[in-house]
Amino acid sequence: MKPILTLESVSVSLPEGADRPHAMEEVSLSVAAGEILCVVGESGSGKSMTANAIMRLLPQGVTIAAGRILFEGRDLAGISEAEMRKVRGAGIAMIFQEPMTALNPLRSIGDQIGEMFETHTRLSRAEIGARVLALLAEVNIPEPEKAAKAYPHELSGGQRQRAMIAMALALDPRLLIADEPTTALDVTTQAQILTLIRDLQRRKGTAVLFITHDFGVVAEIADRVAVMSQGRVVETGSADAVLNAPQHAYTRQLIAAVPPLKAPPPRPLASEPILTMAHVSKTYRTGGFLGRGQRVTHAVKDVSLVLPRGATLGIVGESGSGKSTLARCLVRLIDPDGGEIRLNGRDLAGLTRAEMRAETRNIQMVFQDPFASLNPRRKAGELVAQGLIVHGMARSQALARAAELFALVGLDPAATDRYPHEFSGGQRQRIGLARALALEPDVLVADEPVSALDVSVQAQVLALLAELRQRLGISIVFITHDLRVAAQVCDLVAVMKNGEVVETGPIGQVFGQPQHPYTKALLASIPGQGFGLSRDLAAAAGQA
Amino acid sequence: MRVLALAGRRLAASIPTLFLILIGVFLLLQLAPGDTVDAMMAQMGGGDAATAKQLREFYGLDLSVGAQLANYLWRLVRFDLGFSAIYGKPVATVILERLPATILLMTASLSFAFFFGIVFGVLAARRVNRWQDTLISTLGLIFYAMPTFWFGLMAIVVFAIRLQWLPAGGFEDITVSRSGLSRTLDIARHLLLPTLTLGLFYLAIYLRIMRGSMLEVLNLDFVRTARAKGLDETRVVVKHVLRNALLPMVTLIGLQAGTMLGGSVVVESVFSLPGLGRLAYESVVQRDLNTLLGIVFMSALLVIIVNFIVDLLYARLDPRITTGS
Repeated sequence: MKPILTLESVSVSLPEGADRPHAMEEVSLSVAAGEILCVVGESGSGKSMTANAIMRLLPQGVTIAAGRILFEGRDLAGISEAEMRKVRGAGIAMIFQEPMTALNPLRSIGDQIGEMFETHTRLSRAEIGARVLALLAEVNIPEPEKAAKAYPHELSGGQRQRAMIAMALALDPRLLIADEPTTALDVTTQAQILTLIRDLQRRKGTAVLFITHDFGVVAEIADRVAVMSQGRVVETGSADAVLNAPQHAYTRQLIAAVPPLKAPPPRPLASEPILTMAHVSKTYRTGGFLGRGQRVTHAVKDVSLVLPRGATLGIVGESGSGKSTLARCLVRLIDPDGGEIRLNGRDLAGLTRAEMRAETRNIQMVFQDPFASLNPRRKAGELVAQGLIVHGMARSQALARAAELFALVGLDPAATDRYPHEFSGGQRQRIGLARALALEPDVLVADEPVSALDVSVQAQVLALLAELRQRLGISIVFITHDLRVAAQVCDLVAVMKNGEVVETGPIGQVFGQPQHPYTKALLASIPGQGFGLSRDLAAAAGQA
Repeated sequence: MRVLALAGRRLAASIPTLFLILIGVFLLLQLAPGDTVDAMMAQMGGGDAATAKQLREFYGLDLSVGAQLANYLWRLVRFDLGFSAIYGKPVATVILERLPATILLMTASLSFAFFFGIVFGVLAARRVNRWQDTLISTLGLIFYAMPTFWFGLMAIVVFAIRLQWLPAGGFEDITVSRSGLSRTLDIARHLLLPTLTLGLFYLAIYLRIMRGSMLEVLNLDFVRTARAKGLDETRVVVKHVLRNALLPMVTLIGLQAGTMLGGSVVVESVFSLPGLGRLAYESVVQRDLNTLLGIVFMSALLVIIVNFIVDLLYARLDPRITTGS
């Protein structure tokens, strides 16, 4: 098949002073009509830069240094800006990762989709309106008339991404570039959006350049795969070949880092509980004037769970399920409205502020975003030592202990003098762990600790967490939306939906024979099940 | 309408504030030495203690501070601002005579500053870190740093005295009686320098805010979406960036309506305009408590009205507000 887009040894140079001279080096790719090419890589691999280079939407100072970008036989790298604008939207359309920020918050959805026609066609206002409704219906948005008049904040995340897709497909582009279009979405929504993209692409014969970091998504949607690392394409081939028989060492390493969906054999659990939650509830009331028109949200509703000593309890659910609120209630960052949280037999929910501050010795939290959760103005060592100092240790002693903790989490003890921005994402999450472990807590509450990390770094942090659990005997409450990760680290799991726990039990049992329809739906939505399965079987065979 | 309910609630909440301000000013002025009668006696060239006592009784100044305050508030509730001993007229009349000049000056300066702030802010942001940006930002800094009164005086020296293009002061030419368009033009000629003097300072603030806000919005994701749709830069700015970047500017107008009234005291004095600002200054000097409180009441009312309009405008600009999410 004749390719629609071909990249011939494209190099993109970064401005002077960047950490490397080229964002892309001699990248060669091609996509044909009716084909989905997945570009996979970790952050900094140059995969998003590839998309921006094709659209010629590079940041200032970043330029295409060499190579040709052939779109329908024309070299996009050489044409004028005015010519390029005619290609954007009409010839090549793009959808982005975060549909909330990718849409203008002050203009209605219909208006923003209609702008495609206004820019590239001479259709009348009425015709544009009709086309917009047809497009919204095509991407299966319920009530297209209402959605066209709605503003982005009035739609759900999935609907927003559908609207983005409708906008991108407005002029039947020959090529669609999708830059991590499902990364910000929940797993069930992600499955729907992937199906939608696949269906539309099949029907219209559009070529799709799909950028992702998630091998599950690749297995789900790709016809062909290009793996990128450090601005270079290290491997290309059919999806089947790359996923099941990777040639390049980097690809192998990446695929090995994807956690298998099948839980490892269960570990023996202590019968003695360390943390018990009984009927924990948290309700938010918003708006309303003197009690009128008030909206009540049950963030956490009557949750009762038990964490045995030394075990890991996973709490899984989609956004808005209340899992993070529950985590915050456990360490009393949020005060629960009702229920008991017993740590070593002591009810945390009933403690005064001062008593709770003392009790934080025994229960500590690790946060999701390793970039936002460390104070950028303080040295890493001080951040780790802070808890110890607050709890009465002398400063010099606390700093010495911080260096020990750095060694414990696999960081250079000499690095305590550095500031958070000098560390990589994975290293920062290690600092976060060291900070939480400084007080030698019995229980660690980890709220999405690996969600912001690349898959290979994620594997390292998970391995560290498992090792620490073994060595220090801590018990962990592990909050995650990623069921693959949950399968690997948790002994027990609780599935949450709309603030309630719908199913709980040992992980092998819940994931193996799910009882609740929601759990079944969640598990069925995980992309690339087949890919995980064949590899899991191979691994099992290897072990046997 | 949700917006009206929201703005209405804000309006209701500002009434107690208004009373607190009035009580505060009332008590503050009691701390200043001397009262209206002292000022009047000084103007008359002195007088005996008996006359002073009589006058104090006449104006109700012999009562205790509490009683005077209660009297004042009671009159205010009935929309009676009282009687100015110095001007010999009801305070409401005195203020209404002075109000048009101030409102005209404020509206003109604010519109001037807002409009050119947007224009220059957008220009600077579009040409960020190039010579156009440097020039605009430097000029902005100069306007911001220059004292208003000095700028006013220099403007008089250059345009009124040296070049004799514009009048040096006053609200209109009182030697000739005019009407209709010619009167409007005459007032405009008189207000040109004061407007520039007062407006340039605010122009500097608006242009900085607009520049920063534009640069921030230009980096947002939806701008990239707009470019990916094939829009040219002008349309990207007009259709997507501008309205988003205007939001902080609108907030700023509400905040600055009050400070602008303060700034007009200086400008009205320099250009001898018969406005509220100068009236306020004169009533402090003459201890004309009633007039001063009337002005405070009036200007607080102005600020509240401006903020009410800003609230409505904001809801119109940003659909996220009306739904309350």
